[in-house]
Amino acid sequence: MGAGHAGLAASHFLTERSIDHVVLERGEVANSWRYERWESLRLLTPNWQSRLPGHRYEGPDPDGYMTVGEVIEFIGRFATVSRAPIRTGTNVTSVTAVDDGYQVTTGRGEIRCRAVVIASGACNQPAVPQIRHAVPESVEQLTPFDYHSPAKLPDGGVLVVGASATGVQLAAELRRSGRPVVLSVGEHVRLPRTYRGRDVLWWMDASGVWDQRYDQVDDLTRARRLPSPQLVGTPERSTLDLNALAATGVELVGRWAAVRDGHALFSGGLRNVFSLADLKLKRLLDTFDEWARTHGHDAEVDPPERLAPTRMPESTRLQVDLRSGEIRTIVWATGFRPDYGWLDVPVVDAKGQLRHDGGVVDSPGLYALGLPVLRRRKSTFIHGIEDDAREVIAHLTRYLRVRH
Amino acid sequence: MTMVDNGVNVQALLDARQALKGAPEAAQFTWRASAKWQNGVHSTTTVSNFFGLGQEHAHKSDAVFDADHPEVFAAEDNGITPIEYLLVGLASCLTAGVASVAQNRGIQLRSVESTVEGQHDIRGILGVDSDVRNGFNDIKVTFKIDADASEQDIEALVAQSQKRSAVFDALTNPTNVTVEVA
Ligand SMILES: Cc1cc2nc3c(=O)[nH]c(=O)nc-3n(C[C@H](O)[C@H](O)[C@H](O)COP(=O)(O)OP(=O)(O)OC[C@H]3O[C@@H](n4cnc5c(N)ncnc54)[C@H](O)[C@@H]3O)c2cc1C
Repeated sequence: MGAGHAGLAASHFLTERSIDHVVLERGEVANSWRYERWESLRLLTPNWQSRLPGHRYEGPDPDGYMTVGEVIEFIGRFATVSRAPIRTGTNVTSVTAVDDGYQVTTGRGEIRCRAVVIASGACNQPAVPQIRHAVPESVEQLTPFDYHSPAKLPDGGVLVVGASATGVQLAAELRRSGRPVVLSVGEHVRLPRTYRGRDVLWWMDASGVWDQRYDQVDDLTRARRLPSPQLVGTPERSTLDLNALAATGVELVGRWAAVRDGHALFSGGLRNVFSLADLKLKRLLDTFDEWARTHGHDAEVDPPERLAPTRMPESTRLQVDLRSGEIRTIVWATGFRPDYGWLDVPVVDAKGQLRHDGGVVDSPGLYALGLPVLRRRKSTFIHGIEDDAREVIAHLTRYLRVRH
Repeated sequence: MTMVDNGVNVQALLDARQALKGAPEAAQFTWRASAKWQNGVHSTTTVSNFFGLGQEHAHKSDAVFDADHPEVFAAEDNGITPIEYLLVGLASCLTAGVASVAQNRGIQLRSVESTVEGQHDIRGILGVDSDVRNGFNDIKVTFKIDADASEQDIEALVAQSQKRSAVFDALTNPTNVTVEVA
């Protein structure tokens, strides 16, 4: 289910094992990149890291970052060379368990199968907190799915909620368009774009952080909920942390906690979320340095550096009057969640998350790919799918063999 | 890991966390206090029982707190001022947090001291200037911690303790408060 890179990677390994299958896609190949991303988005992972099974970036700029158009092309080419048997325009409306497998209902008829791989995405719906209902009607509210470019927003101030990859990127872009921007910051993950002369994702990759397995992570629930890192892919390879945003005039406020009498009330705990992120960053950089030292890479990279702590603004506002006209638009960059509305198998917990062990779902013959830390820290990233898909499809193959 | 003993039974807390995962009802607690006017601005507040884990509980003994105002406010100073209780709550909550997190992370503490300062512009409560808020403008907690850990680990202890602190949250985030006459 799903012709994103995860579904296509599953198809690649199924083909390799000569397992009869079909890839169902409600829209087109790479649908979410076509219709659910904003115009200026570039990958935050460098081109050399864009690799799928047997398929890699071969262009002239391995250190650059793909535009959305290039990602669509990249995934499209993978679909073509791997000859994936894709049925586009085929929306799955229900999956139920039957005697020897699953009954799949689509907009184009029924399918019986022994096994299902759910690769329908981890980011199907923007997750927006309940307080959105308390926002006065005079303020326009957008999610990243409705946001296309600053030009489409009304003039005037914007409150961006959430300071992960999406939030910091949109805040920067809106600020550049000349608007006053307030950014509400909760827990976040701070990363520099480059460290000791290399892309920070090179360090994650080389030092094995990305490869850390789900059964070796201390607190898996927490790891799976970790916000995306504050990174942006630009030709200048610049760092987009809160210091960089504040320097451009973005006003930082604490986590948005409530609306009272038309006022947005923000947490006064900003300093602590800064220090938590700074401390975690320092620990990560220590890990990189330690790895470089013990693996003999010290000579080939620049000397260790330390980043200035996140600067606390002189004063922070604890409330903003949403009726004053200061804020015309709110952009909710508060994360995404999967949609399992079509799944009629009882494997989704009270919080809407699929119950699975490394992609092996709690119902025989049902599998998942592309979820956070599914089998490794890199699981949701494009380059992270190969190892996960190989292992999950190997499990599926064994399952089919036993059942035959 | 070396054995550390800060006197916190972290295992019990971790077990409780596990047990409450599937039982959100049991996690609903109601903390209570009842206050009685004495004279002037002096009152006594008694804390004796609370509700939690699906039932009523009584503290081992009643705790009685006097609240008054200092003599510079033309009062008798029979107890600390109500807003000072917030500082007591914050300091003790963060200190408990530091000990628990240290225990959980295998860090032996030798001493934990803190001072808490709340900046308060009293023109708010006196109605001198309606732009001045009634409560604290700024609270600063300074910890002095002696422990078998690096400076960075100690900073992380304090940061994590804030992240998990009930009083820190109650002070930094807005809460619905209803006050009515019975
Ligand atoms: C804003 C954003 C930026 C990201 N940036 C990066 C990045 O820089 N680098 C990186 O490596 N990763 C990035 N990711 C993460 C990840 O690579 C993408 O989310 C990627 O799209 C996930 O691939 P997928 O195949 O798991 O899911 P998707 O690409 O979402 O594919 C799922 C497919 O399933 C289809 N589908 C869903 N429901 C149904 C149904 N009921 N019936 C039929 N078909 C269905 C969808 O139409 C879709 O085509 C980003 C994610 C987001 C949200």
